[in-house]
Amino acid sequence: MSSIELDSVSKRFGSVEVISELSLTIHSGEFIAFLGPSGCGKSTLLRMIAGLETVNGGEIRIGGERVDHLPPGARGVAMVFQHYALYPHMTVFDNLAFGLKNIGTPHDEIARRIEEAARILEIGHLLQRKPGQLSGGQRQRVAIGRALVKDPKAYLFDEPLSNLDAALRVRTRVELARLHQQTRATTIFVTHDQVEAMTLASRIVVMNARKVEQVGTPMDIYGRPATEFVARFVGSPAMNFLPVTIRDRAGLATAVLGDGSTIDTAVPLDILPTGDLRVGIRAEAIHVRPDGAVPGKVEVVERLGDRTHLHIRLMDGNTLVAEDKGVSQVQPGDTVPLAVEGATAHLFDDAGLAYHARQ
Amino acid sequence: MTDATLSPGKAVAAVKRPTGASIGPRWTNALFIAPYMVFYLALLVYPLFKGIWMSMLESDMFDDTSKFTGLANYYRLFNDKIFIGTIWNTVLFVLMTVPVFVAIGLLLALALNRSDRTSASLRAIFFGTSVLSVTIVTIIWKMMYMPGNGAIASIMRLFGLEPIAFITSSSLALPAIAVTTIWWIIGLPMMLFLAALQQIPGELYEAAALDNASRWRSFWSITLPSIRRTMLVVVIYEIVAQFQLFGQAQLLTQGGPNNASRPIVLFIYEQGFRSWNLGYAAAASEVLFLIMAVAALAQFFASRKRVEG
Repeated sequence: MSSIELDSVSKRFGSVEVISELSLTIHSGEFIAFLGPSGCGKSTLLRMIAGLETVNGGEIRIGGERVDHLPPGARGVAMVFQHYALYPHMTVFDNLAFGLKNIGTPHDEIARRIEEAARILEIGHLLQRKPGQLSGGQRQRVAIGRALVKDPKAYLFDEPLSNLDAALRVRTRVELARLHQQTRATTIFVTHDQVEAMTLASRIVVMNARKVEQVGTPMDIYGRPATEFVARFVGSPAMNFLPVTIRDRAGLATAVLGDGSTIDTAVPLDILPTGDLRVGIRAEAIHVRPDGAVPGKVEVVERLGDRTHLHIRLMDGNTLVAEDKGVSQVQPGDTVPLAVEGATAHLFDDAGLAYHARQ
Repeated sequence: MTDATLSPGKAVAAVKRPTGASIGPRWTNALFIAPYMVFYLALLVYPLFKGIWMSMLESDMFDDTSKFTGLANYYRLFNDKIFIGTIWNTVLFVLMTVPVFVAIGLLLALALNRSDRTSASLRAIFFGTSVLSVTIVTIIWKMMYMPGNGAIASIMRLFGLEPIAFITSSSLALPAIAVTTIWWIIGLPMMLFLAALQQIPGELYEAAALDNASRWRSFWSITLPSIRRTMLVVVIYEIVAQFQLFGQAQLLTQGGPNNASRPIVLFIYEQGFRSWNLGYAAAASEVLFLIMAVAALAQFFASRKRVEG
């Protein structure tokens, strides 16, 4: 397995720059996810690594070797496409064998590798069928099998789960995680689904508007989002943002809400900029408790079974989402006292940059 | 509320299947296909059998009498050297044009399967000739082929070559008609192939590129299998169409020289509408119909076997 290095790569479509000066190192054996909304450039970046898009500037190295001038086939990577891109006129066996035949792999070696892949993916009984005779999940496995038999330096997945139904998506996600644990292969996984990124990846690259917002482990991304975009994009429901003024509390910031109630954060005062700030708090850090300091009126109650999300309007007119237990007694229209865990709160400046508690 | 007051009789009526959702034959549904059937029967089936019947008559157009002669017309046809010659000419013409329609149509489609402005204009130009009438097309090509001051002759003289009299040469008249025909209606196969090519998902070629497939291998393993059905359509359509060669031959060469470019339809036309041998012409039509049916069916079965195999 090989590392992948992107060294200030750029990509333009005509006069529109879609990737600018992006640098990133993906370590050997790492499972990395490119996460971001549609049009953020994540698929383009993946296709640049695969060789399906040209690179307008910078270098791409796979296993230390520069590849950005090589054709896709010569880069030693395998890709699983969103719509699988199985060859419709070939049997599953021929689909898997196609790439190996093209580089002159001996017949018995092809048969051995396909047998091995079919065993891992449990598609042995499908080898003589054509893609049109397979279900969505089976096609997905064949597409993964086609990557597997090549024994590539790296696997590239382009939103591979987005065409599966919800139940199958969850199952395939677990299987991909298991497969990666077995193969320890360098993997890049493009997705717009934060759950897929969080559950599968060892590191996540959050992208927005053609640039990287943050690179970090799933818990880094969730617990210490670098920007407001990351904080809003990762986590469900999205993080609550409220405008605050700051008061000194022995060197730490106490956020004062519009109605005068306070949240004691653990963010050091000396790192904060001057100017308007907002406090960012996740729903699970806001609970309904008799001793809660922040009063609010419940507008909507969403019951999810294991927990309940309360959409609340504060006295100053701002809204937030709080979390309550599954069997919540709260009804729409109730006025409830809210307790906020200030220790997990973040502060954000005008530009959307985040300030966290010391680690 | 009203349910409670329904009489038993009405209750039975209520559980009856609503009309329109019944299963089984319902002959009024045949009305949906009736308009088509009327035209199909009146304009296709009736003339077919009428033609077969006519081919067994010896008709006299002047006193409007006819007498049944059985297969005499057919017997006469197969002893008619000119007719046998027209069959041979027509088959030759089909062999000259259909493979070229497929090959050049596909090549043009492959070359112009792009979304830039040049390709769009070229597509329009190549298709544009198809809208011309056969009269215009033959006038254009007559001017090309004229041995005196025709375009090709002028070019040949430019290179110091002796001009060739294409349409008055017995070996070149039919190929000249074939070239004219291909120039005229190459647009349709090109468009059909283009439509088929645009149905192939681009991801397949990307997957093939990652699979180290050469351009030739991609063409052979992805493009060709994907357009196999369209190719069958083009081949069958062109076989049926080119067997009916008429206008170009009539206007360019009048079937000459010495019957060298006379196709079956021209023979039928001359027998039926010049010499008024209606029965004889009808018999020749039936022979043409059989040849076309056999050729198209053979191609159809051959292709189906390959698709399944």
